[in-house]
Amino acid sequence: MQLDAKVPAGPIARKWEKHRFDMKLVNPANKRKYEVIVVGTGLAGAAAAATMGELGYRVKVFTYHDSARRAHSIAAQGGINAAKNYQGDGDSVFRLFYDTVKGGDFRSREANVYRLAELSVNIIDQAVAQGVPFAREYGGLLANRSFGGAQVSRTFYARGQTGQQLLLGCYQALQRQVALGTVELHNRHEVLDIVVVDGVAKGIVTRDLVSGEVESHAGHAVMLATGGYSNVYFLSTNAKACNVTATWRAAKRGAGFANPSFTQIHPTSIPPAGAYQSKLTLMSESLRNDGRIWVPQRAGDSRPANDIPEEERDYYLERFYPSFGNLSPRDISSRRAKEMVDKGHGVGPMQNGVYLDFKHAIERLGQPVIAERYGNLFEMYEKITGEDPYAVPMRIYPAPHYTMGGLWVDYNLMSNIPGLFVLGEANFSDHGANRLGASALMQGVADGYFIAPMTVGNYLADVPREPVTTDHAAFGDTEREVRGRADRLLAVNGTKTVDDFHIELGKVMWENCGMERSETGLKEALATIPEIRERFWSQVRVPGSGDTLNQSLEKAGRVADFLEFAEIMCWDALRRDESCGAHYRTEHTTEDGEAKRDDDGFSFVSVWEFKGVGEEPVLHKEPLEFENVQLSTRSYK
Amino acid sequence: MRRAAALYRSSVGKKILMAITGFIWFGFLIGHMAGNLKAFQGAEIFDEYAHHLRVFGEPILPEKGFLWAFRAFMLAAFVIHALLAWQTSSRSWSARGTKYRSKENLNFSFASALMRWGGVLILVFVAFHILHMTTGDVHPSFAEGAAYANLVAGLRNPVVASFYIVAMLAVCLHLYHGVWSMFQTLGAHHRKYSAYRRPFAVVMALVVFIGFISIPVSILAGIVAP
Amino acid sequence: MNLTLHVWRQDGPEVRGRFETYQADDISEHASFLEMLDLVNERLTRDGEEPIAFEHDCREGICGTCGMMINGVPHGPSSMTATCQLHMRLFKDGDHIWIEPWRASAFPLIRDLVVDRGSLDRIINAGGYISVRTGSAQDANAVPIRKQDADLSMDAASCIGCGACVAVCPNASAMLFTAAKVSHLGLLPQGQPERYTRVVDMIAQHDEEGFGSCTNHGACQEACPKGISVDFIARLNRDLLVGSWKAAGD
Ligand SMILES: Cc1cc2nc3c(=O)[nH]c(=O)nc-3n(C[C@H](O)[C@H](O)[C@H](O)COP(=O)(O)OP(=O)(O)OC[C@H]3O[C@@H](n4cnc5c(N)ncnc54)[C@H](O)[C@@H]3O)c2cc1C
Ligand code: HEM
Ligand code: HEM
Ligand code: SF4
Ligand code: F3S
Ligand code: FES
Repeated sequence: MQLDAKVPAGPIARKWEKHRFDMKLVNPANKRKYEVIVVGTGLAGAAAAATMGELGYRVKVFTYHDSARRAHSIAAQGGINAAKNYQGDGDSVFRLFYDTVKGGDFRSREANVYRLAELSVNIIDQAVAQGVPFAREYGGLLANRSFGGAQVSRTFYARGQTGQQLLLGCYQALQRQVALGTVELHNRHEVLDIVVVDGVAKGIVTRDLVSGEVESHAGHAVMLATGGYSNVYFLSTNAKACNVTATWRAAKRGAGFANPSFTQIHPTSIPPAGAYQSKLTLMSESLRNDGRIWVPQRAGDSRPANDIPEEERDYYLERFYPSFGNLSPRDISSRRAKEMVDKGHGVGPMQNGVYLDFKHAIERLGQPVIAERYGNLFEMYEKITGEDPYAVPMRIYPAPHYTMGGLWVDYNLMSNIPGLFVLGEANFSDHGANRLGASALMQGVADGYFIAPMTVGNYLADVPREPVTTDHAAFGDTEREVRGRADRLLAVNGTKTVDDFHIELGKVMWENCGMERSETGLKEALATIPEIRERFWSQVRVPGSGDTLNQSLEKAGRVADFLEFAEIMCWDALRRDESCGAHYRTEHTTEDGEAKRDDDGFSFVSVWEFKGVGEEPVLHKEPLEFENVQLSTRSYK
Repeated sequence: MRRAAALYRSSVGKKILMAITGFIWFGFLIGHMAGNLKAFQGAEIFDEYAHHLRVFGEPILPEKGFLWAFRAFMLAAFVIHALLAWQTSSRSWSARGTKYRSKENLNFSFASALMRWGGVLILVFVAFHILHMTTGDVHPSFAEGAAYANLVAGLRNPVVASFYIVAMLAVCLHLYHGVWSMFQTLGAHHRKYSAYRRPFAVVMALVVFIGFISIPVSILAGIVAP
Repeated sequence: MNLTLHVWRQDGPEVRGRFETYQADDISEHASFLEMLDLVNERLTRDGEEPIAFEHDCREGICGTCGMMINGVPHGPSSMTATCQLHMRLFKDGDHIWIEPWRASAFPLIRDLVVDRGSLDRIINAGGYISVRTGSAQDANAVPIRKQDADLSMDAASCIGCGACVAVCPNASAMLFTAAKVSHLGLLPQGQPERYTRVVDMIAQHDEEGFGSCTNHGACQEACPKGISVDFIARLNRDLLVGSWKAAGD
């Protein structure tokens, strides 16, 4: 497997600018002759499709949703970072770059991160021009808030609906191109495989979710923007349909999967209420700006929160990390919360949460200010729990939230399969071993609007202009495989539901490959997963037929992929015999319980090559050099 | 004209035209009601007023010249209003398609639900009313020019009078929703004053209702007598 | 608690649909409405029946995918709440719950509770955007925007495109949805250049799609999980008046 990151030479601050100049351009008249396939209409996909269409390429975009506007990006609450330094509090492109590399615990590629920080500035301009109603001050200028892991206020937000507003901006730009005829939108179409001809990505195979029809689509380039796979844990903050199918199928066709085990556990989601729990709801991290996190000092203390006097409360984050306190990075906050609950300090009916308390903030700023900042989040919380957070503290607990891992891509966002580009959360991203709050939206939009359209153009400039067809045998073969797979799922006709297996897998992953990993746990998981997969294929029941809308079949296909993919996650977690960022190996901790990196041994990106279901995948390494940020142990004390 | 056509083309434009024509009729009703109330001042003044309506604008205009122009105008407004009501309604009926098995109507407003059938009732009433009071075809003892006598004689009959009263109820409800709806349709919306749109509609509807029925009621009660 | 569900089942657009009755037993009051349906579907699947098809995704009340008529009310009994955020504590043991799909000619039924809301996307296609070329934008702070305007615009922009307004409207009109988008963009300086052509084109598409004509009934506002106000409809009407005026003018 060839892994050439293709990072341009020169000083980091000039790499992208120089690269933009060096890249080849497709002359306008010829753009129309190129067909580009985009999978996904989230921030990354919609932005890319809209921009490619605008540039004059012929674009086909696919989503399994009924509308492009439903993509999971819509759920992002807190905000988006940008190094605008509108607050004049000493922010800069370099600081955002620095914070992101440090926050990622030195497991990301410097050049990509710097480019991201550079582009963050244009994102806000673009969004505002599109009519994204970001929060404003009375002077009419844009407002900012500070967000986990940063000491400057650089986060732009639209109430608690930043992702929604950004996505609507992209969605509207996309629909405009659809109306202009430059983009062909295929909604309710799920991509079930990638077609690779002589080692080059040539197209995709889809299933029409309404008619069940399996079809091939050919393109000069294929762009995957299919989001993250936190749903491998069953319970996560992701939308129910989020899955790994597209990227996993690409991996099975030879694309390297990078850092699959790097998953972020978000510290502030609502704890599960019962066995029927279907997903976890995030309470935006921005709440940590004004809320204080605590647990009762006495383990098992079951008094109502308001009956516990100040001196008997343990504001443990403020205690452990005086300078960052409640704003400490996600991985740290999450682990500490788990620690507290495991030690018996958990609160709530199931003793499975910690308190996030706004009493002091309300005293200090008054209820109106708090309502103005978090009103809709408080409402959401009350709807779900039936408790009023203005009166009693919220209960929160960590939940799987974001996957830093994804398909490996070079500086041009192209995977090791020529012609296959990967954008947004689906690629292994610029977040290293841990993502800072409000930087995923940034990455999705930057990839989609500003990076991929140029780098894909550069790729196409060398691709012959003949019209693409689906005549090649590879398309037929892939279609047949896809159909066969669906038929097999329908044929099992066992006794258990798809969710039974998904829940079982989720438990295994959460316990062994979640917030804390250990060699024994991971080996155990690697033994259990194949066994669950066996039972899935012999006992699952998928009712209905393949030629109608069949939601059970959709779910089954996705879970089947999770059952294969979960193994590679565990291999990655096992082989990375160090702790870094969100990857916390119990064998490698500092005396005060922090992640302990091993930079000499593991300062690389793990890129996994698929060798067959159940086979041990092969590890390839992309070494990481740090020329601009001093390798240092993260300290948020 | 081209602008009216431009409006006519869109569903919202149709509504705007309805609002305008509805408003014209609303204006007429206010005037008409005020005129009717002169009946309380006795035959002379009422007939004088009725006569005045006919010779209005003389000698510039021939006799009844203004009246006919005015009638034409009102008729046009009415036809447009009714026509558009029919068009928008039928479009909405086909848009609704299948009904719900269980329908708990959110913010159910009797008035807004009755706009259409109430409107039809108004249509019927106006037709009858003109044959009754203006042409006299359905009037027991109609005498050209003797407006007061016609009025009193015409509404002595309890059946006729009650039909009038029921019709006025329809008009009242129509305006209760209509006047408010009119503001909404014409985009008369303001952060501060929007709050007064409802009350205004209520007052108007009641004024028109009471103003109008006071006549048949007091005729039945013998307060207004030949 | 134990509940009796009467759910609309229809295998496809052409075939005739019917109500089926299902028992939903020992449901926790903390469960969400969709989790209750999940449990029913799990049971149906085990019993070898086909589960009830219904749409959902984020389950956080933001993506707008979910939506069904619950006892004749879109998104169910609690106001400002999408179906996925509805919780069972609002129901009583022994309740009968009637569940129907959105009904409107512009929302053709696909299966069971799943309908096609593509008509709303096509209304956006007709002009629900600001035309701006990627990368051509000026600095975000170059044009200050009054906080009040930005906030009002945000109120309108929070529409999640669920279609409840259409489902409940006696005229099956998509006026609230359309007005929300027209107002979101029309309230911002960036939206001014296309302000009037936008509204004319979007309404033309609205009619084209076969939505009904609004009679200011107001039920949409009650049904809207985001509480979008009918004041935006007044705003749209005014813009359309001006718009057709200008359009006919030149
Ligand atoms: C609750 C929550 C809150 C968040 N808050 C923030 C925040 O405040 N700030 C921040 O920066 N980040 C936040 N994030 C992270 C951020 O929202 C996501 O990482 C980002 O939106 C991902 O965007 P995307 O375009 O890469 O993928 P998505 O938005 O997930 O889009 C994926 C698209 O791919 C399509 N797709 C996937 N697979 C297939 C297939 N097989 N066939 C066809 N189509 C397919 C889907 O239909 C969808 O359109 C949050 C995430 C969650 C879960
Ligand atoms: C109790 C209620 C009403 C009474 C007592 C009443 C009385 C009269 C009278 C006496 C006339 C004849 C005036 C004349 O010819 O000089 C008249 C004419 C008329 N009324 Fe009414 N009216 C009533 C309600 C209404 C309503 C509700 C409408 C409309 C919705 C209406 C519409 C008309 C019209 C169009 C004419 C004919 C005017 C013309 O062209 O001469 N009336 N009415
Ligand atoms: C043929 C008789 C009539 C019919 C069928 C009719 C029907 C309707 C209908 C269906 C509406 C639309 C409802 C709405 O948009 O809120 C309406 C609105 C209205 N009508 Fe009538 N109507 C009739 C006569 C009248 C008369 C005589 C008046 C005057 C008193 C009137 C005044 C109004 C007003 C003010 C509106 C509000 C317009 C708007 O909604 O913007 N209508 N009518
Ligand atoms: S206006 Fe409200 S009800 Fe209508 S689509 Fe938008 S959010 Fe749904
Ligand atoms: S309910 Fe329907 S009639 Fe108009 S005000 Fe709402 S769209
Ligand atoms: S599922 Fe997303 S709004 Fe209900």
